[in-house]
Amino acid sequence: MSSYSELIKNFERIRSYMREFYVYGFKSREDYDSKSARSYDDERRRMESWLGEHMSFVRTPEGKNVFISIDSRTSRHNPFYKALKAKSFTDGDITLHFILFDILHSPEAVLSLPEILDKIDTYLSGFSEPMVFDESTVRKKLREYMAEGMIIGEKSGRRMLYRRAETACTKDLCDVLSYYSEVAPCGAVGSFLLDKEEGGEDVFAFKHHYITSAIDTNVLATLFLAMREKSSVTVTNKSRRADEPRRSRIVPLRVFISVQNGRQHLLAYQPEFNVIKAFRIDYLSDVKLCEPTPRFDELRAELSEMQSRMWGVTTRKNRYGEERIEHVEFCVRVGADEEHIIRRLEREKRVGRVEKIDGSTWRFSADVYDSGEMVPWIRTFICRITAVSFSNPSIEKSFWGDIEEMYRMYGVEEDEDDI
Amino acid sequence: MIFNEIYSAYYNAVAKIIAEILRGETDERVLERIVCEKAFGESMLTVLPSLKSEKWQLVKSDMTTPIKHPPTMPLTLTQKEWLKAISLDKRIKLFDLDTKWLDDVEPLFCPEDIYVYDRYSDADPYDDEEYRKRFRMALSAIKTKTPLRIRTVNRRGNTVSMTVMPTTLEYSEKDDKFRLLTSGSRYGGTVNLSRIVSMEECPSVRADFVDRPLSEKRSLTLMIRDERNALERAMLHFAHFEKRAERIGRDRYLATVTYDSSDETELVIRVLSFGPLVEVKEPESFRKLIKDRLKRQKSCELF
Repeated sequence: MSSYSELIKNFERIRSYMREFYVYGFKSREDYDSKSARSYDDERRRMESWLGEHMSFVRTPEGKNVFISIDSRTSRHNPFYKALKAKSFTDGDITLHFILFDILHSPEAVLSLPEILDKIDTYLSGFSEPMVFDESTVRKKLREYMAEGMIIGEKSGRRMLYRRAETACTKDLCDVLSYYSEVAPCGAVGSFLLDKEEGGEDVFAFKHHYITSAIDTNVLATLFLAMREKSSVTVTNKSRRADEPRRSRIVPLRVFISVQNGRQHLLAYQPEFNVIKAFRIDYLSDVKLCEPTPRFDELRAELSEMQSRMWGVTTRKNRYGEERIEHVEFCVRVGADEEHIIRRLEREKRVGRVEKIDGSTWRFSADVYDSGEMVPWIRTFICRITAVSFSNPSIEKSFWGDIEEMYRMYGVEEDEDDI
Repeated sequence: MIFNEIYSAYYNAVAKIIAEILRGETDERVLERIVCEKAFGESMLTVLPSLKSEKWQLVKSDMTTPIKHPPTMPLTLTQKEWLKAISLDKRIKLFDLDTKWLDDVEPLFCPEDIYVYDRYSDADPYDDEEYRKRFRMALSAIKTKTPLRIRTVNRRGNTVSMTVMPTTLEYSEKDDKFRLLTSGSRYGGTVNLSRIVSMEECPSVRADFVDRPLSEKRSLTLMIRDERNALERAMLHFAHFEKRAERIGRDRYLATVTYDSSDETELVIRVLSFGPLVEVKEPESFRKLIKDRLKRQKSCELF
């Protein structure tokens, strides 16, 4: 008999499937070789249940490819949050949840555990086969809710008395939640709050909106907690360069977010190699909080200082503190009515300088750890680049080689020959 | 801590169902609609049957409930910590949010925990009180469907006045700017909020505000050569568009991306940033836009 449920206990497996279906979307069932076929079918069915309108498929010679396609500009709420609202529970969990909060319906209702147990029995007495909750189950649930801050437990003599936490006034939060649930880290929490609001209007839309990070929410929240506690963590890192996942101890220092490529990195100190380096957050899992580190402030200050030499997320400072810095500069031609190009240089540069060379030429220059990270941006000025220079000869060679290849690819040289 | 059943769609659906039953509503079609709205595609097979069969002992088979109050849940610590975190964001001033009640709460994250490294630096002036007033007026006008008379400064520095019906505030994370999407103006449906120099509500204006489509949808087929991790970079980069992908060779992939015609120049630049690893295959008109830029580049006589 099938034990399929659209709810899940563990988020990790569906996390990798969602990413594959959304980011890539060209894989057939056979390509998911690391998991069983049954697992694939179950996960696909779950995603169809959660994200039905966004799921599509195409038939190719390799088989049926299922994918998720979402225009995040027209979707006012991140559909991936639905996955975070699909946690499984037991029949007892849900029954106890609603009964407990009905017994403790206001902060004025203050009861001991035996009183709560009596009331639970009364609630259940009308059912044909009433559930029975023993004292330890109810105490465990109350402790769970105390940890979540929803129930307050206070000692009165030798007795523990329980009441619900004050419900803060969250009226008129609809606009704040609609906006921040989409743009703030861990926005899923805002979405949970929004679920409780009635009748709010969707007044916001979002452009250049990367929504994949939603499925990394649990990892991100634990990393934030570690930073708050100034603690190290152990993580499993499954990087694309390594065949096997690797367990490491690191000190999380800062989350680097890209609003242009949809990636999020954790910049962390790795004591094993005495370096600060970047970890892709979507490659991290099983984050476990360890002990606080007295070096947190010092390490974060070091990272802040390094940021003036970072274009993206790459750092090049070895275990002995030696840095490798690369110089890059390029010039662009700017016509009389092309002020917007100068504005582009100024607003898009992250580090470095913009200088006017002559009436129609502007130069950008910077010293960074990895000039290769800057190449995609420099390419966006193709059509007006009059000079480029990298201190790293291999990056310079690759840059020119790529331009040559693009000429060939788009037949620019052939046309020139025709002339 | 965040992946927790207390936030689940099922709990939300059950809370609403109990509230409806307490209001006297027991029509199963109404309750089924709640499940459809609050939960997932297949939830109909579980939620009401579990309640009716007394598997979840919250609703009896006669559709009465022992629950006495419409279900509510206090805010969790995580929710408070997240609200506290967003209260520290520079854009929170746009909203009239009272955060005094969060004074004793530690934020889930602080501004120093995050660094958005590729956001453009000419963000909207969130500290400008006039800008914030216009933001709030626009927000209110969208909800009350009140026309607005606005004056903007265009790129040439000229002032333009128009009466529009505001429909949406669109935020770009890359630009860190809000745009007001409107209907009813011949000057264009999208206005950068920071370019608006004055705004007033005009409830008395009676006009048919024609909802013009902002722009037409176009599609673009790209061939990606998977070298230097280009496949992952490109698929993530274009992930926010409606798209479809297929493998056409050992390291060759085709991706079809649907975009708004008004964003074409931006898309040209974004494709160029991938160099020869992403090639425009179709349409020819888009391919020509890339080719024209390359021709102009060649004329820069770098070689």
